[in-house]
Amino acid sequence: MEKTQSTGLLFEISHKGRRCHRLSPIDVPAKPVSSTLDKSYLASSTPPWPEVGEVDLVRHYVNLSTKNMSIDSNFYPLGSCTMKYNPKRHERLASLGGLANLHPLQEEKTCQGMLEILWEMQEFLGEIAGLDGVSLQPAAGAQGELTSLLVAAAYFRSRGEKRTKVLIPDSAHGTNPASAAIAGFDTVSIKSNSRGRVDLDDLASKVDGQTAVFMITNPNTLGLFDEQIVKITQLIHQAGGLVYLDGANMNAILGMTRPGDFGVDMMHYNVHKTFTGPHGGGGPGAGPIAVRAPLIPFLPSPIVKKEKDTFTLDYDRPQSIGRVHSFLGNMGILLRGYLYIRTLGPDGLKQVTENAVLNANYLLSLIYGAFDVPHGNRCMHEFVASARNLRRDKKISAMDIAKRLLDYGYHAPTVYFPLVVPEALMMEPTETESKETLENFAATLLKIKEESPELLQQAPHSLGISRPDEVRAAREPILRWKSN
Amino acid sequence: MSYLLNTEQDKKEMLARIGVRSVEDLFADIPAEVRLRRPLKIPAAMDELELTRLVEGLAAANQSAGEKVCFLGGGSYDHFIPAVVDTVAGRGEFYTAYTPYQAEASQGSLQAFFEFQTMVCQLAGMDVSNASLYEAGSGLAEAVLMAMSVTGRDGKILVAETVHPEYRKTLETCLANLPPKVETLPTPLGKLSVDALAGKLDDTVCCLVVQHPNFFGSLEEVEKLTQQVQASGALMILVYDPISLGLLKNPGSYGVDIALAEGQCLGNPMNYGGPYLGLLSCKQAFVRKMPGRLVGETLDRNGKRCWVLTMQTREQHIRREKATSNICTNQGLMALRASAYMAALGPAGLKETAEHCYQKAHYAADLLTRVAGVSLAFNAPFFKEFTLELPCCPRRLLEALLDDGFLGGLPLARWYPAMGKRLLVTVTEKRSRGEIDGFAAAFASAVQSAKAAAPSYSTTCK
Repeated sequence: MEKTQSTGLLFEISHKGRRCHRLSPIDVPAKPVSSTLDKSYLASSTPPWPEVGEVDLVRHYVNLSTKNMSIDSNFYPLGSCTMKYNPKRHERLASLGGLANLHPLQEEKTCQGMLEILWEMQEFLGEIAGLDGVSLQPAAGAQGELTSLLVAAAYFRSRGEKRTKVLIPDSAHGTNPASAAIAGFDTVSIKSNSRGRVDLDDLASKVDGQTAVFMITNPNTLGLFDEQIVKITQLIHQAGGLVYLDGANMNAILGMTRPGDFGVDMMHYNVHKTFTGPHGGGGPGAGPIAVRAPLIPFLPSPIVKKEKDTFTLDYDRPQSIGRVHSFLGNMGILLRGYLYIRTLGPDGLKQVTENAVLNANYLLSLIYGAFDVPHGNRCMHEFVASARNLRRDKKISAMDIAKRLLDYGYHAPTVYFPLVVPEALMMEPTETESKETLENFAATLLKIKEESPELLQQAPHSLGISRPDEVRAAREPILRWKSN
Repeated sequence: MSYLLNTEQDKKEMLARIGVRSVEDLFADIPAEVRLRRPLKIPAAMDELELTRLVEGLAAANQSAGEKVCFLGGGSYDHFIPAVVDTVAGRGEFYTAYTPYQAEASQGSLQAFFEFQTMVCQLAGMDVSNASLYEAGSGLAEAVLMAMSVTGRDGKILVAETVHPEYRKTLETCLANLPPKVETLPTPLGKLSVDALAGKLDDTVCCLVVQHPNFFGSLEEVEKLTQQVQASGALMILVYDPISLGLLKNPGSYGVDIALAEGQCLGNPMNYGGPYLGLLSCKQAFVRKMPGRLVGETLDRNGKRCWVLTMQTREQHIRREKATSNICTNQGLMALRASAYMAALGPAGLKETAEHCYQKAHYAADLLTRVAGVSLAFNAPFFKEFTLELPCCPRRLLEALLDDGFLGGLPLARWYPAMGKRLLVTVTEKRSRGEIDGFAAAFASAVQSAKAAAPSYSTTCK
């Protein structure tokens, strides 16, 4: 069934004079605006927004929505993104008026329930990290990285130390070096060894008295836990530096080990990943950070405090870096994370990790041999396969496989990341998928591998559009609709 | 446990296939000395019924804008949200999808973001918009980084003191370790003086940031400020209120270079401060310096129109430390809500909403300034927010108003210590005449009793 009737652009289905939302006449005594406000301030016309009726609007978006793959409709093994099921109870509870209708600048005594949730969330995140202090303010993982690096810079400044370098493994997310640059640091890339772990010799040769922070993702983006982690953190600490953990992969270690216990001094969480905030087509997220005690004074303000049975916002923190977000952060996502942690409890969180790792290893076992997996037959919560042999032998690329999977109703894995694996296919099934789903997905991958290269190179065949011309999009950008 | 599907039998079969004896064996790479040998110290699991009771109780411990009549603003606003916005955003296909990396499987989100970009451009009167930033505070830092890159100047960033204090703080924090100095321009009359700016402009100045209507509610002299700044070779960054553009001239008609707004007012609940969305739009010439996600139109292999994430060579996953920003998502769901809201209002609905705000705010200001000793703090036109000078301490007044059922306004001393007796009051289209009349009556008697109770309080209030 083609659903094209209502999915022209809103501007194309616009019909002059149609309305959806309207207000009754103003009920207070009113003077004409032009008599009270100088006309130099006034617009001569209204924005040329589309004019649509309510049913037009609903059909437009409902039909558009069916052109998306989503967790609610498809298996979504997008590596590094932890696309687990988003519980419906979270949506109902987060929309309660007593939470959703709170103004961020209300007096603290009028939002004690919300502050209690946030204070507990700080406690939970500190305990899960094995670290001492938490800021809920960063809106996303990348903002958490930047915040932590600003905290580190302020910490060294307070000690009169001038450290200019941030060390980053070559397998890291691109946000790591981008955040370091904004925080005013020079970046130094650290090699991975043939086993996909940090090359200790390369690290040892580059760490020195100028090293402020070593940023590590552990488990890393290859889905491997770096068993040298204690040595690595000791090496950094001996040089007087701090160790930062990119917490993108926390789903692999909940309740098993804690970053603070393996030598990490600061980290961010991706609450939308690990604690299942809905990804919303690309946000919102929440990227709270946790730090060791000596760094707490430098965290952004405010921090939620508990005094007897009263919760307050502490702004009186003279060494704080300031703030990285207006108001308090992405409360709605932190709230969902809180609901998830309260639902699961300590045993439940550990089972999340056990099953995430079990599912990833099971999927790996089903395709290992049929696909090239450069870093072995064991993994944590995700693994990276490579289509380099297929590319060489049959001219089938990772992208071709990704596109063909869409035809079979599966979202594609992450492709071409991490950069250290050629033709990468990065798969993270998460704990909320069943054995049958993994088996069917693996069988589909194996089947695709045997299909004709021409069929794959032209895929997808069944999604309403074929592959978009991305070069054209970037070269002559059309970033908005314009009337002819 | 609630969301797991693997049975004991499933696990047994899976482990056999993997070739290990137990799940524990899969964690062999974690060194024994750093394994956690005790349960996490967090509360025990709850079922959905228990969780619902707990959270309903916590929600009931708050006094939200749903129960109290809200006159708070300052960057987060109690505007009405039509039900269709919730219907659209409640589609699981939208809210459980991720960033549209696979364009063919994400045309719904991509088209919605393309429509969003278009409607933001139409609203602000600007050439191009990205697909949203986190919110206005960090959005301002992004806008300034962009201005630095466009002008190649990194000496000074000028910011009017009338810009939202939290946006200014965020800007200063994010730029702390970069070369430019952020200089705050004083605004003793409640808006930036064109004359005061003149002496500050030289060829080291990168940009000026002005908010209009500003944090005190007052309108700024945007046209003159813009001309003056641009004549010096610096960029003009204007922070605007989207709803105000149903009445007021848009940033584009003043010729500003970068327009920035907090988009919460467009169909997003106040949510105690987030998630919100930053609206960033600019002149065509700066498009390759923009931060954040951009959706572009293109053709597929069969010549069919479609949409993709584009110009990704600006971004961190390609450019790493040389990227225009470290940002790697937009606020997709919030942008979707804003789109549905803008489409639900249409041009006529926006104008109506803006007029309601304007008239009701002016009606309220009239009533409140009839109370003896109360006046408008600034002699400047305003839109939906205004600053009152009180004869008493705002804290005491607000306590009394809360008892009468009102969230009565924001005391400005929190950000401006010299403004000990000033209160920022906001009136949206949601406030009825009855609510405003009730508020004015409660306000009058609260002012009287605050004055009577502590005649000398005026000295300690500051």
